[in-house]
Amino acid sequence: MNLDFSDEQKQLREQVRRFLSENCTSETVRAILEGPESYDKKLYQGLAELGVLGAAIPEEYGGVGLGHLELCVVAEELGRVLAPVPVSSSIYLTAEFLMLAGTEKQKETWLPKLAAGEAIGAFAYAEGQGRMSPAKIKATVSGGKLKGTKSPVADGDVADIAVVAAKNEKGQVSLYLVDLSAKGVSRETLESIDPTRSQARLTFDGAPAELLGTEGDGWHIASQVLDRAAVLMAFEQVGGADRSLEIARDYALERMAFGRPIGSFQAIKHILADMYVSATLARSNCYYGAWALNSGAAEFPVAAATARVSATTAFQHCAKNNIQVHGGMGFTWAFDCHLYYRRSNALAVALGSLSTWESQLIERMSAGNAETAA
Amino acid sequence: MDFKDTPQEAAFRAEVRAWIDANAPKHLLEELNRASFGSNGVVSEDPIAAGKAWQKKKAEAGWACLHWPKEYGGGARTPIERVIWGQEEGPYAALTGVFTIGHGMCGPTVMAWASEEHKRKLLPPLASGETIWCQLFSEPASGSDLAGLRTRAVKADDGSGDWIINGQKIWTSGAQYSDWGLLITRTNPDVPKHKGLTMFFLDMKSPGVEVRPIKQANGQSSFNEVYFTDVRIPDSQRLGEVGQGWEVSLTTLMNERLSIGSGMSTGFPELFRFCMEAEIEGEPAVRDSGVRSKLAQFAVKQSGLKYTGMRAISALSKGEVPGPENSIGKLVAGATMQELSMFALDLQGEAGVLWNEESPQQGRFQAMLMRSPATRIEGGSDEILRNIIGERVLGLPGDIRVDKDVPFKDIPTSGRKKH
Repeated sequence: MNLDFSDEQKQLREQVRRFLSENCTSETVRAILEGPESYDKKLYQGLAELGVLGAAIPEEYGGVGLGHLELCVVAEELGRVLAPVPVSSSIYLTAEFLMLAGTEKQKETWLPKLAAGEAIGAFAYAEGQGRMSPAKIKATVSGGKLKGTKSPVADGDVADIAVVAAKNEKGQVSLYLVDLSAKGVSRETLESIDPTRSQARLTFDGAPAELLGTEGDGWHIASQVLDRAAVLMAFEQVGGADRSLEIARDYALERMAFGRPIGSFQAIKHILADMYVSATLARSNCYYGAWALNSGAAEFPVAAATARVSATTAFQHCAKNNIQVHGGMGFTWAFDCHLYYRRSNALAVALGSLSTWESQLIERMSAGNAETAA
Repeated sequence: MDFKDTPQEAAFRAEVRAWIDANAPKHLLEELNRASFGSNGVVSEDPIAAGKAWQKKKAEAGWACLHWPKEYGGGARTPIERVIWGQEEGPYAALTGVFTIGHGMCGPTVMAWASEEHKRKLLPPLASGETIWCQLFSEPASGSDLAGLRTRAVKADDGSGDWIINGQKIWTSGAQYSDWGLLITRTNPDVPKHKGLTMFFLDMKSPGVEVRPIKQANGQSSFNEVYFTDVRIPDSQRLGEVGQGWEVSLTTLMNERLSIGSGMSTGFPELFRFCMEAEIEGEPAVRDSGVRSKLAQFAVKQSGLKYTGMRAISALSKGEVPGPENSIGKLVAGATMQELSMFALDLQGEAGVLWNEESPQQGRFQAMLMRSPATRIEGGSDEILRNIIGERVLGLPGDIRVDKDVPFKDIPTSGRKKH
């Protein structure tokens, strides 16, 4: 039994952590929060040069050819420092879509650019309010031309290409690769609870759309890729949860009230202990998700939903209580607590909200259970 | 990352599996699988005798007390081998639950503090299940604050060197059938509370020992009160020095927290099965979105505990010391079981109030509901566990102890102001 990362993977973690400690500080994140840019270009380029964007992309497509476990390690580190870069959109989603469903030509064209950080990808499937389902998709493709509006699209304002879920002429959900610099594409950056990661509305009016994967198979492909991305995002969330706990713990050791450090009060100590519990449960569930992702186990869909539900719950729990432990100081702009609070709530609804994943987890468990019984 | 055994582990597992298959009391399996909360489920024969028989069989083949050295009747196996044994023994382990306190806590304390002669006399029969031990620590007025205990040990005035014990213990599992007890007493009330304690081991058949079962809130009686009236203990049965009892007790309590990867029950598999069968407006309950959200949160707690245990086992497998993650086990399992049982009753509607032959799964959820408050208190309450996580794992400062430097006899005993 070895439910742990290898020594090489742990070395990679150290390397990424060192790089991020120099290149992604609180100031880096705040520059995106308060400034006009949608992401930190220098940081993103640095990550590309470090080889981490291409960690799970095969060498023949310009990647490093390591694997998904290495990408999990990277994701956790990015989550710890709230890296304001489009890694999830470009790597966990777009690159995974290409690797799973792309033609040889599509892979050759785009994967090397994604790995090198020369191009950014985004996944456009949501269309406004409400939980996603195939019935909600109104965007259409007819004669290779895409029409419709997608919102919100993470990193849609800076992406070069998008994987778009739309209905074909027969009304079946299919996926299309769309060059966002083409005619018939307009985009607008949207305000959100977490400006350190950008959100956009993409409007398509006859933009050229190239089929990605089998026609009519779009929802199925999307669901498989969302499961992969869910595990990777869950690692970001565990990183964020752990860091929120550390920040709260450090403050509880330093802040004095009533003549003693506030961490000596059980009211504070027990909040921190509960944060440790939820972060630990989430980490263990994420290791299970990582194992299933990497090994291609049949139970992967259950493992992915398990990791995702647990990590979303933990990050929200730790980020909100980080503010609580800080008291009034935690609600100032100057302290970083709100950055984690923002990110935890933004990630909680990305790739399908918590209640969606909760429902999927139980649906998958009951399907598996019925199969076992049959 | 994988869940595979190393070749050595696989070989050991095969050996264990073959032995258990050939030797386990299979005729009891059905009853053991029906075990409920607070009993091992055996009704067709005396459950204690069945436990002793299984322990004896294991001891004869070298499978008893795997973590103990051989000279004291143990198996001298590695921690990972012990984990594998536990996985393979499965439901049969419930049979020997009466030895858990002796093997896990009293035995290691005797091993650390008793004379060689006593170790050779006491430990082998404990390992082989001939004797049962209990732990006489908690008192009515000292639970979480164990060091506030009041049971007195005073030197006999006859020059024998013996100690005379008077007082009362409570929450003693198995006292009614135990041969020996590990007893912590107060020998000096004039010094601060931690400094006036002394540990002994006691023959439970000694004159003046009276065991009375406690009727618990759930109607069962798995714990006892033990009263001591002028009970005489020879000084040779003292463990550690006079006044060193607190230090000795820490050996016992440390061992309480060393059980790894045992995976405490949360009741989730039972709840999930129930939700597959129960109906809400003609549909399986598992299709209801509210039910799904609740179930999913219980599911990730269950699996989080399972994989936390596996991370600890992974460390053992590599010969490393597991991290502090396992300290969350009882804290999560106890609270989850309580919430989960309330939810199961909720799904039963008005009939959730019933605890009879109509209740789903033989009233298991009602049993969980009524037993789970104890899980959140016994062996370290939720609040003590949170203090431990806060202080030992997260490095937070301890609380201010107002009784720290006060002689024990001067510590207030009532929260009410005297008028």
